[in-house]
Amino acid sequence: MNLHEYQARTLLRAAGIPMLDGDVAASPEEVEAIARRLGGPVVVKAQVHAGGRGKAGGVKLAEDPAAARRHAAAILGMTIKGLVVQKVLVVPAAEIAGESYVGLLMDRESQRPVFMVSAAGGVDIEEVAATTPEKIERLAVDPRYGLFPHQALGLALALYRDFARARAAATILGQLYQAFTANGASLAEINPLVTTPTGELLALDAKIVVDDNELDPRPDLAALRDESAEAPSEVAARRAGLTFIKLDGDVGCVVNGAGLAMATMDLVKYYGGEPANFLDIGGSSNPEKVVNALRIITADPGVKAILFNIFGGITRTDDVANGIVAAMAEFQVSVPVVIRLTGTNEDQAFRILQNVGMTALSDMDAAVKQAVALAKGGKAA
Amino acid sequence: MSIFVNQDTLLVVQGITGRDGSFHTRQMIAYGTRVVAGVTPGKGGQSFDGTVPIFHTVAEAIRKTGANTSVIYVPPALAAGAIAEAADAGIRLIVCITEGIPVLDLARVIPFVREKGARLLGPNCPGLITPGVAKVGIIPGPICAPGRVGLVSRSGTLTYEVVNHLTRNGIGQSTCVGIGGDPLIGTGFIDVLRGFQDDPTTDAIVMLGEIGGTDEQHAAEFVRQCVRKPVVGFIAGRTAPKGRRMGHAGAIISGSSGTAEEKIHALEAAGIAVMKRPVDVVELVRQQGVASRR
Repeated sequence: MNLHEYQARTLLRAAGIPMLDGDVAASPEEVEAIARRLGGPVVVKAQVHAGGRGKAGGVKLAEDPAAARRHAAAILGMTIKGLVVQKVLVVPAAEIAGESYVGLLMDRESQRPVFMVSAAGGVDIEEVAATTPEKIERLAVDPRYGLFPHQALGLALALYRDFARARAAATILGQLYQAFTANGASLAEINPLVTTPTGELLALDAKIVVDDNELDPRPDLAALRDESAEAPSEVAARRAGLTFIKLDGDVGCVVNGAGLAMATMDLVKYYGGEPANFLDIGGSSNPEKVVNALRIITADPGVKAILFNIFGGITRTDDVANGIVAAMAEFQVSVPVVIRLTGTNEDQAFRILQNVGMTALSDMDAAVKQAVALAKGGKAA
Repeated sequence: MSIFVNQDTLLVVQGITGRDGSFHTRQMIAYGTRVVAGVTPGKGGQSFDGTVPIFHTVAEAIRKTGANTSVIYVPPALAAGAIAEAADAGIRLIVCITEGIPVLDLARVIPFVREKGARLLGPNCPGLITPGVAKVGIIPGPICAPGRVGLVSRSGTLTYEVVNHLTRNGIGQSTCVGIGGDPLIGTGFIDVLRGFQDDPTTDAIVMLGEIGGTDEQHAAEFVRQCVRKPVVGFIAGRTAPKGRRMGHAGAIISGSSGTAEEKIHALEAAGIAVMKRPVDVVELVRQQGVASRR
């Protein structure tokens, strides 16, 4: 789960990382008041889960509170990469003598948290990694022991020649590591970490991605979720215990298992169609899940046909069939539905569907071809 | 024949009295797996279905039954602890079915397992099956058949889809191994590929990958250098958008890395025959000339 910059700032600040005072607001009036309280020039920053905010016009420097208000009026409500800006962060404009990049992420290959730091800060670190990887210093931390002081200092010395500054940076690296582990992060990043003209270090921008698997045991982290920043259909799906990702096509897909769900989307594309979504109903057999899945998919006006692809293992196909029957009775499904069921209890499942005049296929390719044809307005093969 | 599980597998089920644990224990016993013990702290001394003794700890279970393999069905908050317990007690193969374990927990427990000399399969995996002999986990027995194709996969139901095609077309399997869809897993493609390469009863290998990370690319390089048996591959997620987690925590394309195209290219460059559809597995495996040899 991505946190907003203002949320990440709060968590990093709580860990002791130095930053300028600032506040978040949802209206131009509030922004003006914050700018007045902070005094001097401020930066107004859009809070959306999208990169490239600056390029999109979502980050503006304001010389005085009135200008801050004007910028906020322009930025609030703006759409950046399909996301509407609901909140802005207001922070004092910092004087910058130098910029570094400091990031910590869970690395799949080393299976450890890995620091990545670079004296080339304030830029897209992925681009630095791709074009000039030698400018990035890396350190894998053994999470059983944590970050040792000498490791932090060694990394910091790669960023700063001045020892006092390096020591200050080492402290910040330790605090970043604490914030990372304390908040179940899979990524924690300060970009840029700036040096002021007087030689102090300040975190200007913060980013944290929380491991989704931490949200259940950690309600304090789950509470940071901003549902207004997500597609409503995805919010509804998550509440129903489903994994749903909206796409642009017209074949709605209901599948059990993530791998098979992806393979189903791919097969829709292979046979000339476009998948409308990724939807994994998971491993359990609760018929209610099927009802919720159909409700979410039928709410998308772009869907012209619905394809069920269920391979029963733990999931019992008769339960899924019951869910389909219940859903069809509960609300009007105006688009054709193609059902593919195979595996555990498939005989009962076919009988359940036959009893209400529905049919099912047992072959995945045949079902996908039929759904693609129906979405295009053709007849079932 | 097989890798990792065989007729000598003596299984302890951690979380045997839970909903999933009890259901799948019955399935495993019915398939012929030698389930010798269960562990549920607080229920030691009881028995499961009157046939399998339950212990408070894995260490006790090993002392009394000689269990050498464990399968874990405990909730995510307790799963990393259960993995550590099994490794500490001397279990050689630990199969963790549990989904949703915090990644930091795994980062701490995986090196512990390695230091104990044990192998962890998963988490968030369907387990493994040596058809006709034993299954550990949740892969449905009836869709598998004994034979000489080894299969390794990051997913569950996609594995079933592909295995089903093989079995229905008379192509049996030596062992089917689900390594799991999380970003941090105990056993990767390479470990399993090495097992199949060294297994005299495996003639060809099917590997099912998906978007996210670089495991498949490294596996392809391993195949090019070290595997002398034909390999057929598949990558799910050609149509997946960037930056979205496709169900599996590990299935996410970040930036330009981890895409299906990149992985398919790596597989093909290593001489792996890549399927476009799951059903293509039958034709591609047959082209390797293994179908007739059961």
